[in-house]
Amino acid sequence: MNNLIIMPIIIPLIAGMVMVIFRRNLKLHKILSLIALSGSGIIAVKLMGENKNDGIQTLHLGDWKPPFGVSMVADMFSSMMLLITSIVAVCCLLYAFRSIGEERESHYFYPLFLFLITGVNGSFITGDLFNLFVCFEVMLISSYVLISLGGTKVQLRESIKYVLTNIISSFLFLVAIAYIYAITGTLNFAHLSVRVAETGQSGLLTIISILLLVIFSLKAALFLFFWLPGSYSAPPTAVAAVFAALLTKVGIYAIFRLFTLVFYHEPKVTHLLIGILGAATMILGAIGAVAHWDIKNILAYNVIIGVGFIIAGLASFSIEGLTGSVYYMIHDIIVKALIFLLGGTIISLTGTGKLKDMSGLIRNHPYLGWMFFIAALSLAGIPPLSGFLGKVFITQGTFEAGYFWLGAIGLLTSLMALYSVIKIFMNCFWGETFLSEEMESGTTKGVMFPIACLSLLTILLGLGAEGISAYTQLAVQTLMNPEIYIQAVFGGETAP
Amino acid sequence: MSLLVGLFFAIGTYLILTKSLLRIILGTSIISHGVHLLILTMGGLKTGGPPLLGLQDLPFTDALPQALILTAIVINFATTALFLVLSYRAYKVLGTDDTDQMRGNHDE
Repeated sequence: MNNLIIMPIIIPLIAGMVMVIFRRNLKLHKILSLIALSGSGIIAVKLMGENKNDGIQTLHLGDWKPPFGVSMVADMFSSMMLLITSIVAVCCLLYAFRSIGEERESHYFYPLFLFLITGVNGSFITGDLFNLFVCFEVMLISSYVLISLGGTKVQLRESIKYVLTNIISSFLFLVAIAYIYAITGTLNFAHLSVRVAETGQSGLLTIISILLLVIFSLKAALFLFFWLPGSYSAPPTAVAAVFAALLTKVGIYAIFRLFTLVFYHEPKVTHLLIGILGAATMILGAIGAVAHWDIKNILAYNVIIGVGFIIAGLASFSIEGLTGSVYYMIHDIIVKALIFLLGGTIISLTGTGKLKDMSGLIRNHPYLGWMFFIAALSLAGIPPLSGFLGKVFITQGTFEAGYFWLGAIGLLTSLMALYSVIKIFMNCFWGETFLSEEMESGTTKGVMFPIACLSLLTILLGLGAEGISAYTQLAVQTLMNPEIYIQAVFGGETAP
Repeated sequence: MSLLVGLFFAIGTYLILTKSLLRIILGTSIISHGVHLLILTMGGLKTGGPPLLGLQDLPFTDALPQALILTAIVINFATTALFLVLSYRAYKVLGTDDTDQMRGNHDE
């Protein structure tokens, strides 16, 4: 029992509610949201420390013994995700302070942002399938509002598609929950794992696991990503960056949790399917990224490539592969937020997203240019930066598992991703400067700080990978051995 | 009961595939009813007494599906309301509720 676990859910939730009451006081909104997000970050650090020393932390709400109550479980993987979520959320928030505009601020932008983070944090630490559904909904409903907030034509059109897609996937999620409950009689992750291991993963259970895979693929943009490029290019930059960094990762986290903890008995069926989906995602994403000439679209397709690559590590289902996935997921969250913020800043400077209409920005904005260059290299996994280690491990994992095609596609698509972002770099920053500082439609004032923080972080993660390796090893150890998780949830007692 | 669930899903899917936004929303609403009934069916229909401590001798019904459905209904209520408001706003701003005419390119 550890009451700290629920704090990352409660703090943003309560802060958001307080802000709704004091809706006119925008200064309070800003300060409170910053405090709330930093607070949940500090708690995540503390949880990581406890994970390292004492193993997995659990909380059974209302002291109902598992599997009867709702459990919250923070293992190393979830705690790391919590920490990264807070860091990225704080950076995007700082960016939003300068860029989001009074209109949106006075229409509950900050409370919604906090509710979104509540849902994301909740999905990371829940130990119960139905509770996962609830947290998904908290996250999705806030994201529906955030994506349409402002009410421009593009936003409304895209948000209708986004909402409809997600509502349908939520229904499918409920259907899958109903089936699972009918077969196993439980919804607790640990208990599910025990029951499935006892009875063996029958064909029926495998089908349900694939239904769950479809649902989470819709949310994670794994193969079923048709909604993503449109809806991620519609909202303002700070929102798009949070979406790109976090929302798809929550879906990926759910896939990881289920297919390492519960449905790990038939890797020849499920994990092969995951691998094929990952490969298809990477190829299609790369084609999209190379083909487009609009900054927002290119970046959105880069999100898709990243999703496919992380999933490739899971498909290999080996220690190396999963280590790579954990590294790469952390890296991807940071660098996607970074590159979306950079792309948004460029668009606000030039007033257009079209690559052919801009050039020579480096003369007036050298820092912006070089940070974009760093982000681009990091995205492709060039050695001293953070993407490198993840790529090495995932490729190694897929090769060792015998999925040579998967590793090869991963490497090939990262080259294409590099080409697509370098295309942005060359078109935006090189060439003749025809946009003088007076003609710019926006300014970089104040928004450089969060971008610089994230750039620094991607460099540090690359250089200091040794420092976090102890943590990632622990995370992977738990993922590979479901017994540790079950043991922690049931506290040594046998499951009923 | 299962047949009813199937019927609801069929009607809902048909409505979602139509062009009018309002029908799409009604379709999602009908599917959600189907889903709730499915959870009820999957939990086992009423086979015993209420799960109260005083009535220990009787076989009792599993109360969890009801709790799940209640949560799902509340969530669905919120999403449907939000979706209705969103589509009304879209109708006002875009001037149409036909999904065919809503299509347009990015750069307007």
